[in-house]
Amino acid sequence: MHKLWASTYKEFLLLTRDIGGLAVLFVMPLLLVITITTIQDGTFKTLEALKIPLLLVDRDQGDVSRNIHENLTASELFEVTRGHDEAKAREMVQKGTYQLAIVIPENLSRDLDLKITENVESVLSKFGLETDSVPRPRSKLEPKEVKLYFDPTTQQSFKSSVRSNINQMISEIESQTIYKAFQEQLAEDESEEIFDTGHFISFTEIDPTNDRPSLVPNSTQHNIPAWTLFAIFFIMLPLGINMVQEKNQGTFVRLRTQPVSYATVLGGKALIFLLVSLIQFALMILVGLYLFPLIGLPKLEVAGRLPLLLVVALFAGLAAVGLGLLLGTIAKTQEQSAPFAATFVVILAAIGGVWVPVFAMPRFMQTLSNLSPMNWGLNAFYDVFLRNVGFREILPEIALLFVFFVLTTLIAMGYNNRKNAL
Amino acid sequence: MIEINQLSKKYKGADHFSVHNMDLRIGEGEIFGLLGPNGAGKTTLISILCSLLKPTSGSFSINGLNYASNKKELKQLIGIVPQEYALYPSLTAFENLVYFGSMYGLKGKSLKDDIAEHLNTLGLSDFAHRPIKTFSGGMKRRVNLISGILHRPQVLFLDEPTVGVDVQSRNAIIEHLEQLNAQGTTIVYTSHHLNEAEQFCTRVAIIDRGKVICKGAPKTLIAQHRNAEHLEDLFLALTGKALRDHA
Repeated sequence: MHKLWASTYKEFLLLTRDIGGLAVLFVMPLLLVITITTIQDGTFKTLEALKIPLLLVDRDQGDVSRNIHENLTASELFEVTRGHDEAKAREMVQKGTYQLAIVIPENLSRDLDLKITENVESVLSKFGLETDSVPRPRSKLEPKEVKLYFDPTTQQSFKSSVRSNINQMISEIESQTIYKAFQEQLAEDESEEIFDTGHFISFTEIDPTNDRPSLVPNSTQHNIPAWTLFAIFFIMLPLGINMVQEKNQGTFVRLRTQPVSYATVLGGKALIFLLVSLIQFALMILVGLYLFPLIGLPKLEVAGRLPLLLVVALFAGLAAVGLGLLLGTIAKTQEQSAPFAATFVVILAAIGGVWVPVFAMPRFMQTLSNLSPMNWGLNAFYDVFLRNVGFREILPEIALLFVFFVLTTLIAMGYNNRKNAL
Repeated sequence: MIEINQLSKKYKGADHFSVHNMDLRIGEGEIFGLLGPNGAGKTTLISILCSLLKPTSGSFSINGLNYASNKKELKQLIGIVPQEYALYPSLTAFENLVYFGSMYGLKGKSLKDDIAEHLNTLGLSDFAHRPIKTFSGGMKRRVNLISGILHRPQVLFLDEPTVGVDVQSRNAIIEHLEQLNAQGTTIVYTSHHLNEAEQFCTRVAIIDRGKVICKGAPKTLIAQHRNAEHLEDLFLALTGKALRDHA
């Protein structure tokens, strides 16, 4: 026990003597989480506050185009500018002056009205009902096409969203026109309302969390757990460097000649770097609680969840330490350990769902993400943060993290024993 | 006593043995010098005796113990002063010594008193609480030596303990080692300083290409060879003047 304590104290001294290393260890993840959350939050705010510039070329000049214009303006999503020339509109979108241009074809209102009136008359005559107008031969109307021009840099998801909104808007106008045509044909007087034109089907979003209060997910609730895990796993970089330095300084050679087990040497490192990971977690939480509101970001909500969050951080820290010990044991030079650790953490984060949610990944990557300890940690954090579950529900994830720590540490010890067997 | 029987070591991929069928006996209380040109096998032999390398064949024992069955006891019994400084540069001399002493199970006031005493004897008391990275080569060598002797080992292995240090530091190191030997510590050391070895060692072995080519008390060996006035003359006569660079 005395040797373990001495090893731990030595690691503490080594860590605290390297001010630059400490700064990188604690400040860089904080900068990362602040930057990413600010960007993500800013993106949402931009979409809400800054309207998307849209050019509307109205070649119809009728009720339908007026309706579209009113709907677009009312949606508060777009900054609508009227244009007259389709070719020019196309050119301006191409140059990026406008994110989007909508070209409403000529005579859309007139032809839509005509088409619907004809259809309504046809339907009514089938029922043997008289119509107000004199029956006429059916006109040959070409289907109308509303053209959408998108800036080439526009993301597919944004295109789909806008397309769906415009489509919904036009469908609404079409159905209202149909109702209006029937109303005109069937109503005894203008004040009589034959149809209830209100929406019959509506959508209600239900929170699946039962009786426990849940949080509305925002950029902070997503980013703090994700980047806390990134920071925790980032310790494999300094831990790997620490161990390789010992080999290069010759201190590890001295330790090998002393009556101390490799487990004790690793134990001292594990305890200190586990403490580092918990400090990183605490700093991230503090930043989310106190700094984010000051810089206009959503405040982190942790009410009543701190003990469980700490448990997740502890086991994630153990997994990260295990990985660092294994890397430090195998690597011979800093040129091997540092780039590997930096890249590997990014890979673990990517397949773990830190950047892109796992459900949005290809099937193969979804399967692969199950192997990332960062994914286990992230799921456990999200379970606590967003699903507000209890200890029992996160048990599988923290058990996996613990098994990962035990396995990586045992492999490190086995590798060292094999390498230095006498 | 150290008994080495038919000990051999061939590194992976090497085309020759670094230590080849070596037989050697080093008595208790001796100051034994392992001398030889670069690549002769001195460091390899010391590394095997200190449990850092596994021999390819052969066996050895130190005070009747071997690593296969008495690893922990043997490690407690020996001390090593490696050729590299083997110290943490950002820790102070005192912190380094407390840590390495703790690894031998030493603790408390007695450890601190021992450290203070060694630092005082080797002229480092005023620098005890300064980081090693601020030390000169000679100062680092002295701290390196203290790290290996804090637990009062019965057998001390030193791999070129005086390389690259000034005359004063070398003198302080040698005097300290002589004091240790007087207290009963067996010393096995390698060096390229043949004059130093001639003065310091009770017996030496000249090793070349992994084999002992001559061993005995320095004065006896010199006397046995015509035209040899010093150990260096004998050394050159036995190992030749050709350069021994090796990678």
